[in-house]
Amino acid sequence: MKQKYLPLTATILIFVLSYALCAAQYPNILSTRVIGNLLTDNAFLGIAAVGMTFVILSGGIDLSVGSVIAFTGVFLAVVLEHTSMHPLVAFALVLAITTLFGALMGMIIHYLEMPAFIVTLAGMFLARGMAFVLSIDSIPIKHPFYATLKGLYYKLPGGGRITLIGGLMLLVFAAGILIAHRTRFGTNVYALGGGTATAKLMGVPVASTTVKIYALSGLLAGLSGIVFSLYTSAGYSLAAVGVELDAITAVVIGGTLLTGGSGFVAGTLVGIFIQGLIQTYITFDGSLSSWWTKILIGALLFAFILLQKGIIHLSRDARQRA
Amino acid sequence: MTSIVRTYLARLLPQLIALAAILIAISMTFPGFLNLEIQNGRLYGSLIDILNRGAPVVLLAIGMTVVIATKGIDLSVGAVMAICGAVAASFITSGHSLFETLLITVAVGILCGMWNGLLVAVLDIQPIIATLVLMVAGRGIAQLVTEGAILTFNDPGLIFIGSGSFVGLPMPVVVWLVFGVLVALLVRQSALGMLIEAIGVNRQASTLSGVLTPVLLIAAYMLSGLCAAIAGIIAAADIRGADANNAGLWLELDAILAVVVGGTSLLGGRFSIAASVLGAIIIQAINTGILLSGFPPEFNLIIKAAIIVFILVLQSPRFRTAFAFLAIPRRAPKTTEQEAK
Repeated sequence: MKQKYLPLTATILIFVLSYALCAAQYPNILSTRVIGNLLTDNAFLGIAAVGMTFVILSGGIDLSVGSVIAFTGVFLAVVLEHTSMHPLVAFALVLAITTLFGALMGMIIHYLEMPAFIVTLAGMFLARGMAFVLSIDSIPIKHPFYATLKGLYYKLPGGGRITLIGGLMLLVFAAGILIAHRTRFGTNVYALGGGTATAKLMGVPVASTTVKIYALSGLLAGLSGIVFSLYTSAGYSLAAVGVELDAITAVVIGGTLLTGGSGFVAGTLVGIFIQGLIQTYITFDGSLSSWWTKILIGALLFAFILLQKGIIHLSRDARQRA
Repeated sequence: MTSIVRTYLARLLPQLIALAAILIAISMTFPGFLNLEIQNGRLYGSLIDILNRGAPVVLLAIGMTVVIATKGIDLSVGAVMAICGAVAASFITSGHSLFETLLITVAVGILCGMWNGLLVAVLDIQPIIATLVLMVAGRGIAQLVTEGAILTFNDPGLIFIGSGSFVGLPMPVVVWLVFGVLVALLVRQSALGMLIEAIGVNRQASTLSGVLTPVLLIAAYMLSGLCAAIAGIIAAADIRGADANNAGLWLELDAILAVVVGGTSLLGGRFSIAASVLGAIIIQAINTGILLSGFPPEFNLIIKAAIIVFILVLQSPRFRTAFAFLAIPRRAPKTTEQEAK
């Protein structure tokens, strides 16, 4: 097997094994209801994580995701409460804003040659601040269209439901996989992750690719915010704190190399499922407290970093021998 | 001697001007801001309040400066603060003496830093990711220690660290002043600071030229852990309890911001502890100022973001080359020579 598939295979193996272990203890975990809920509950995180995967594949990082989700939610709630704008128009408007926001961060990162970490940190403060300025209260969204959207689902045999947002996440992942592996943009992203100087020499349009990557991350964070507002039916400026870290964790557990250049969008989906599964298991168990989620995810994160280090080490040895 | 003071002041000048500008702006919108009074042998006033409230970020910024100087970053400091606050609270409530509690807490902080340092120096993991592990798991560990509750205590000794006073100054201010001076002297009166900068500029080259890179790297993260432990003790002593969820939340970002405002580049190399401390004070002055002037606190984050972007743009290499023709010819080589003497 090719070495680049090793982290992904390990991730899938760990997921299947842990699912089997959970199912051995609680057979109900196999029911389509649990699977449907797993999709619905993690939809917003998954969509944001797709954007994060592209950013990390290119060797960058985007810390603004959680704040952008909160901003989107508050924006939608305020707009729907104070104007008669149709939610779909509001969706389009807010997506345009978040995409532009991402593109702007990409431009600052590229043209001013600043580290992505600090630029997106400023973006994080800015987006959260904008959310605070719009409203510091939690605003419920009572628009009838929201109820319609929430009522849309595909019924699985066994009573499980793939809700609109759960299905949307799967669609976003499918699109992400296609973009990463079947388009020129995707190839450019991988090239950029291999090294900016090398990518430039190969003829990759570094400027436009960087801007597009952060614009895509902004767009998906906005979409994630819409999904989050559908999920909670409210907009709150303190919502979704720390989602960017959960997304980064999912990407790493999914086998993407944090130095960039190597990894799979599909791995991130499995990373999301593993995090969701830990949470579900803790809910099923009842006696374990939720803080074990954080500790377990931290331990998993560490294990995957070690695994990736090991693989890089082995492949370097192999290359030297050849 | 005077030349050393002069070069030092020249280095800190932008931060001092920024701080003065902010203080003047606040005192114009809020009269009485600069008033100081003595009650029960302790100084009171908004200025003292800024120094006092800023204590955790100042402490974190001291450790963060050294870590960033090695071209690293420590995202786990907020979580380490939560862990150490939890440890301090649980030890003091289970009947240990104040001395034992402080010793154990500090040891736990240093241990957390050592874990980060080992990941970075020995396993060669990128600092952002290495410290992310503890950032994710840390709050869980802190909750494990407090068993999910907010652990309160009423040991007068521990509370004194948070709200007592010494020679007229609040204890937290005394703690960070003494600690900051100690660390600054340690790195600048020895070759340590230079070696740390060497690692930040080029880790491989400094290893090849005989610097004990792994040891120094681990020591840098251990210092950051120690700073987080002290900050955690102060934060817990201040509210007389350990809150695993909220203690030190997002303070790692404020600490990084303080270091950046202090003029230390995130790309490693040059650093100044005094400038970072000033950076942290500037951030706290902005927070307090916005609060006092009756300006809606909602704008706090936006103003912070605007300031970071402004400072970063000024620092960016692209911007500097574009405006290089504006710069006054410097006598830099001379001053560095003097510094060396």
